[in-house]
Amino acid sequence: MDLIDQLERELGKQDLPPVHPGDSVDVHYLIREGEKERIQVFSGTVISIQGRGIRRNLIVRRIVQGEGVERTFPMHSPRVQDVVITRRGDVRRAKLYYLRDREAEKVRRADLAAAEAAEAASSDDAE
Amino acid sequence: MTLILGRKIGMTQFFAEDGTVFGCTVLEAGPCTVMQVRTPERDGYHALQWGFEDVKESRANKPQRAQAATLSVAPKRFLREQRLAAAPEQAVGDVVKADAFAEGDLVDVTGTTKGRGFAGTIKRHGFARGPKTHGSMNYRRPGSIGCSAYPGRVFKGKRMSGHFGAKRHTTKNLQVVKVDAERGLLFVRGAVPGHRGSFVQIQTARTGVKKG
Repeated sequence: MDLIDQLERELGKQDLPPVHPGDSVDVHYLIREGEKERIQVFSGTVISIQGRGIRRNLIVRRIVQGEGVERTFPMHSPRVQDVVITRRGDVRRAKLYYLRDREAEKVRRADLAAAEAAEAASSDDAE
Repeated sequence: MTLILGRKIGMTQFFAEDGTVFGCTVLEAGPCTVMQVRTPERDGYHALQWGFEDVKESRANKPQRAQAATLSVAPKRFLREQRLAAAPEQAVGDVVKADAFAEGDLVDVTGTTKGRGFAGTIKRHGFARGPKTHGSMNYRRPGSIGCSAYPGRVFKGKRMSGHFGAKRHTTKNLQVVKVDAERGLLFVRGAVPGHRGSFVQIQTARTGVKKG
């Protein structure tokens, strides 16, 4: 085996969870608030895994208040304390970038529906 | 002032304890043997000649074979001298290994840069390119190289295309982030000249350090 591959195997974490694209995960990430450190949980869907060896990155996407938020986590970083798989995904591709458009569409429809409902309500008042 | 000869293995990522991530180069460092001690009496200066990596007896030339035989070690592939201000503490046959450096040390790494062949001004000197379209015929051209009547010549040292790379270069003040004494490996923060497998010289950083 290539020496670099071997070193990366030794330097990286030994027990990574078997995460796949489409899985729902909770990423336990160590953040610093002033002097204190605490663990923040970021839960969402894995839309991409890129890089190999110690450079492996996870892109996790979630919807926060109607806005899509994506975060990239280096899986071997000591700040990423744990990745808990909450639900297995059933997907047919490795990169789920199509979710970006799909979720935006969903949000737009929801907004549209809300606007229509509001309009209907206001016209009711007028009568 | 420590000098060690070695080889560039390749690059990877390194995580500091606080989670900071940076690129680091893995270097095979040593073991190196003192092959010869230069003395003012015989050679006119103080120096140590280091040798790295054994080579088959049949591959070495006769003088190298004879030199190695007097030390009863294998001939070496990579020989370099370390100039010194005073007589060295080391004697012929002494060995230096990767553990001569410790985590946190600053080192200078000297090697031969990757050869790029005959390169244009954009790659070689970082010139800007012209527009790609709109009838432009000035995509990667160097532009004007001087004026006409005055001075009526091109200045010496004008940056132009030509052979680029494959030249000795020193990257200074690289931090040693990890020492693997068992396998003789050094991990330094940042990039190092040369391609994978090329020879390098690693020495204590010169900046701020007195000669000696």
